[in-house]
Amino acid sequence: MAKGSSGGQPAVVVEGLHKSFGDLEVLKGVSMTAHEGDVVSMIGASGSGKSTFLRCINFLEMPTQGRIQVTGEDISLKTGHDGNLHPTDRRQLERIRTRLGMVFQSFNLWPHLNVLENVIEAPVHVLKVPKAEAIERGEALLQKVGLYEKKTQYPAFLSGGQQQRAAIARALAMNPKVMLFDEPTSALDPELVGEVLRVIRDLALEGRTMILVTHEMKFARDVSSHVIYLHKGLIEEEGPPSQVFGAPRSERCKQFVSSIH
Amino acid sequence: MDFTILVKFLPLILTGLWYTLLLLVLSSLFGMILAIPIGLVQVTGPRPFAWLAAAFCTVIRGTPLLIQLYILYYGFGSLFPQIPWIRQSFMWPVLREGLFYAVLAFTLSFAGYEGAVMKGAFASVPKGELEAARAFGMSPFTVLRRIWFPRAFRIVLPTLGGETILQLKATPIAALVTVTELYGAAGQIFRTTYDFFPPMLLVAVIYFALTFIITRLFNLIERQVPQRR
Repeated sequence: MAKGSSGGQPAVVVEGLHKSFGDLEVLKGVSMTAHEGDVVSMIGASGSGKSTFLRCINFLEMPTQGRIQVTGEDISLKTGHDGNLHPTDRRQLERIRTRLGMVFQSFNLWPHLNVLENVIEAPVHVLKVPKAEAIERGEALLQKVGLYEKKTQYPAFLSGGQQQRAAIARALAMNPKVMLFDEPTSALDPELVGEVLRVIRDLALEGRTMILVTHEMKFARDVSSHVIYLHKGLIEEEGPPSQVFGAPRSERCKQFVSSIH
Repeated sequence: MDFTILVKFLPLILTGLWYTLLLLVLSSLFGMILAIPIGLVQVTGPRPFAWLAAAFCTVIRGTPLLIQLYILYYGFGSLFPQIPWIRQSFMWPVLREGLFYAVLAFTLSFAGYEGAVMKGAFASVPKGELEAARAFGMSPFTVLRRIWFPRAFRIVLPTLGGETILQLKATPIAALVTVTELYGAAGQIFRTTYDFFPPMLLVAVIYFALTFIITRLFNLIERQVPQRR
């Protein structure tokens, strides 16, 4: 259960999540609740399972065990031949995914579409928003992330920071209930990290519900309502940032947050 | 060598050009349409289909086109007339023609080569781009239609121009099953006039011109789709 949350409706509830890749158990029973308006940051060393956890929420990875609920809707799962859980209803999965805006470490913009086309692609072809309306909204979002002038450019002509901001606009265009950020600044040159964090911070200030996997400790401390420190597939420490960063109970967490600072 | 004799054979040469183009366009088009599932299924599975598709590509690429054409033409071509309902069907006038077997053989050949190429193209689209598409709630078919295929197609486009030219230059084989395409027309003129070089040099020049046009056409298409890595 989330502590220190802002107390809205639960937006994402994960219970007892396990994930194995073959013999390697990456997640050993992780639970988390993000309420509306929460900014939950997941921190931990590489290999602690935080990205895998995030990718299980929208089933880019299939968990081995556990339960996932998005905006009050339980995703029905059954065990497949590979021993992992799989959604039984593809339509439900697709519907749930439209409520989760994913931002990837490596941006994953579609290189054959220009920036604006990237932004309107899913609204038009998944949500069936009329094109004119999608363009209007898309342009407003590009304005917001400071990329309006680049709207007809192709991704390959943008810097990493610009690509990631475009990717954030693309995710926002779906008007998601929850934003999922998977190490959004890890692939960026140091001087480009700031511009991306500024955009994410603005979203946090607007009260957007977000789950953020990050190595940016200072940022996590500033924007989060709740911080989870993962160690070897288990939650080692969690609580409000003041506790996790200021007075961690776990020795390991104390070492981790002090070594990164 | 008297090139002026060619003037009175102009209609025959034009007929030949028409059949060459017909054969090229139909077989490349149908072949490409077949190549898409043949390539895709080798990347996505299911396993038995992937195996079948791979076997198809291997056999087609491992045997001469001429022999494939002969097997279809003499095999099915001699089987069909013995089956009454085929003889009586409205398709019979088409099934009787060498052109049908030529289009069929050339289509399968193109599908075999391009199927292998499409497999590589589908596999080389970065996984993250497809994940992003899925993460926004796209159905598997929408992912294919909007992201995966357009990306793969742009990857093969430069190769496809070259393959189409190779396909063009294989078309004279169709003359061996009575299709009067360009080379067949040249052969007829030679057999009428006993003058070898005028008709053969003329069709060689026409093939060369077609190659040039195809190259330019593909360059044009490639410029229509701005894409850098």
